[in-house]
Amino acid sequence: MSDQKTEKMAIAKAINESLRQALEADPKVLVMGEDVGKLGGVFRVTDGLQKDFGEERVIDTPLAESGIVGTAIGLALRGYRPVVEIQFDGFVFPAYDQIVTQLAKMYARSLGKVKLPVVVRIPYGGGIGAVEHHSESPEALFAHVAGLKVVSPSNASDAYWMMQQAIQSDDPVIFFEPKRRYWDKGEVNTESIPGPLHRARVVREGTDVTLVAYGPMVKLCLEVADAAAEEGRSLEVLDLRSISPLDFDSVQASVEKTRRLVVVHEAPVFLGSGAEIAARITERCFYHLEAPVLRVGGYHAPYPPARLEESYLPDLDRVLDAVDRSLAY
Amino acid sequence: MTVESTAARKARRSAGGKAGATGTEPAGSAGEAGAGADPADKGTGTAGAKRTASTGRTTRAGKTAGTAGTTRATGTSGGKRAASKPRAAKKAAGKPAASTAADEHDLVQLLTPEGERVENAEYDPYVADLTPEDLRGLYRDMVLTRRFDAEATSLQRQGELGLWASLLGQEAAQIGSGRATRPDDYVFPTYREHGVAWCRGVDPTNLLGMFRGVNNGGWDPNSNNFHLYTIVIGSQTLHATGYAMGIAKDGADAAVIAYFGDGASSQGDVAESFTFSAVYNAPVVFFCQNNQWAISEPTEKQTRVPLYQRARGYGFPGVRVDGNDVLACLAVTKWALERARRGEGPTLVEAFTYRMGAHTTSDDPSRYRHDDERVAWEAKDPIARLRAHLTAANHTDEGFFAELEDESEALGRRVREAVRAMPDPDHFAIFENAYADGHALVDEERAQFAAYQASFADAEGGK
Ligand SMILES: Cc1ncc(C[n+]2csc(CCOP(=O)(O)OP(=O)(O)O)c2C)c(N)n1
Repeated sequence: MSDQKTEKMAIAKAINESLRQALEADPKVLVMGEDVGKLGGVFRVTDGLQKDFGEERVIDTPLAESGIVGTAIGLALRGYRPVVEIQFDGFVFPAYDQIVTQLAKMYARSLGKVKLPVVVRIPYGGGIGAVEHHSESPEALFAHVAGLKVVSPSNASDAYWMMQQAIQSDDPVIFFEPKRRYWDKGEVNTESIPGPLHRARVVREGTDVTLVAYGPMVKLCLEVADAAAEEGRSLEVLDLRSISPLDFDSVQASVEKTRRLVVVHEAPVFLGSGAEIAARITERCFYHLEAPVLRVGGYHAPYPPARLEESYLPDLDRVLDAVDRSLAY
Repeated sequence: MTVESTAARKARRSAGGKAGATGTEPAGSAGEAGAGADPADKGTGTAGAKRTASTGRTTRAGKTAGTAGTTRATGTSGGKRAASKPRAAKKAAGKPAASTAADEHDLVQLLTPEGERVENAEYDPYVADLTPEDLRGLYRDMVLTRRFDAEATSLQRQGELGLWASLLGQEAAQIGSGRATRPDDYVFPTYREHGVAWCRGVDPTNLLGMFRGVNNGGWDPNSNNFHLYTIVIGSQTLHATGYAMGIAKDGADAAVIAYFGDGASSQGDVAESFTFSAVYNAPVVFFCQNNQWAISEPTEKQTRVPLYQRARGYGFPGVRVDGNDVLACLAVTKWALERARRGEGPTLVEAFTYRMGAHTTSDDPSRYRHDDERVAWEAKDPIARLRAHLTAANHTDEGFFAELEDESEALGRRVREAVRAMPDPDHFAIFENAYADGHALVDEERAQFAAYQASFADAEGGK
């Protein structure tokens, strides 16, 4: 592949480029949402797309999330491939009914005759000092629903490629974008696909403990691994990339090597995706495990006001602490 | 970095940060729009920040500082929208639009932009009893509200608030409608109703907690019958309707007023609140401040008929009032509230006004609207209009304005001091008020959290 196709860009820009590529490649692809047109979205993820593809392809919608997803379903029934933006995580709930009761179930109800290739983009997670409803991590609420695929990239290359793959998927995909990482830059090779949409990836090899994360927490886990290395500990970091389906094989392979597992996510721990991982890995790796699977995440409390979020969110100290506890068994 | 890392981690553990030691730094810049810090302004990552900041929990503060106060200059490219014409120019397009020339005479107005009193047989009775002192009071309310708002905006710029939603330009709509309410009425605001809060006697400093990031609400709604700000667009219109249904069931004669924007009018919740209030004849006034924009989207992207006309389809009256005319807003809202109290059901009031500033301090309106538009609306300023009227009618002297100026400055100072003195919440506040009855899981997690916090203190003790 040519060097020109490798470019350093921020995650937000990578998604923008990916949407641009999809709009160019397929006239049936549409981008829809509040403020996505002229403004380019409040995070500028759709910046410039309406200018280049017009108001028929990049649609500023009324301020109505149920309407956005509901009409996207209708457009998909008509053969379009809408990529809709929900402005912030906490505003997806007016659309939750459409997503859960309609988007997720149409394929099954039509005995496979109706496909709904709709991508719902949701900037999610905390750490940006926002007011309430702007920092939530509701991924488990979607992953629990059969019929939906749920993914979250952690770096620019995945942001680019996973968006391409999500748009090409014939299933509805809930695409969680780690908003606090939007401006993190990374290399993107726009010519070669790094791998399938739902495969987890080892982003750092290690032997003592496996850290599993996705989205915004991958970067933190890499920092934790750096810090732990200074204490002579070798941590393996796995980026799940996809929450549903979840690549348990990759997690299992890593755990069979390290024999210890800590799952890190921002969402509340109780009934979160970490709970599912802990249960499955315990089933699959019972005789390999040297310690119970530990989880680091949010508390069973409403997401706190900005001045408390540093205490609420998993941070270096809390993950290191869990690593210590795992190794203490 | 690596050597530093180990040292810092030990330092962290031994330095023993106490729980509650967040920094005094601002809560960061994120908000409704353009939220988030520019990466260039951020610390170089969590680990790095911690490594170098060596003193235990204060590293957390260091981290906070890393994300703080970095309002993103939102324009990444392209500056102003070139093609956009002033909205008035769209009137001739021959298709339905939110504001057509034909609708203009439907606008209830008691004061012209020049401050001349216009007679209106229908609504004059509702302001007939206003004394010159009352008029000065309305003026004072608007001036102080604007001053408060300006102070909050600059506090955000100085990093004391994470975000601010300015009401600049909407003072008449808010003071007029707010002053029309009775103490036993109940108000359901969105997040921009600072002037209504003022009328309800809510201490303005209470409004700042959620914008500073120290709480997610910050006042007792029942102490002034002024509900918490609602950020999820449109939700509160249903709460207002339900509350009004309750009033009716109780046989009380109070009324409810629900505030929302033109953008919110697109939400299903708002449509459902219209349906419920009509069907149950609920004593609720829907007060839509059509400030022409929902972030970047003009009213035309929400509706193809003037908003006030929507009411007819639900079976109750809708009125469009000049939202920059405090007298008209007062009169129309009083009329609507009295109707509700008499058991005649809901009303939709559309206050036709303009958001003079950005949507919030995170927004950059130059990306989507022309400055000409704002300039045109400046000529309709609600405060200048009433001032012209007061002066022409000889209702004031220079002493009044000078005293008000002093009062404004004092309010500004008070707000500034109060915000700066606002303590950060205790870390354990995370677990407070999750449940009224308590919850075993929350108790367990609180205990884990406490043990974890204590582990730092122990490390310090053992040093
Ligand atoms: C359900 C929901 N969707 C999106 C948002 C993000 N958002 C906040 S304010 C706003 C525009 C609101 O416009 P409008 O209702 O006209 O009120 P205004 O802010 O102009 O007073 C949007 C899209 C939100 N807060 N809630």
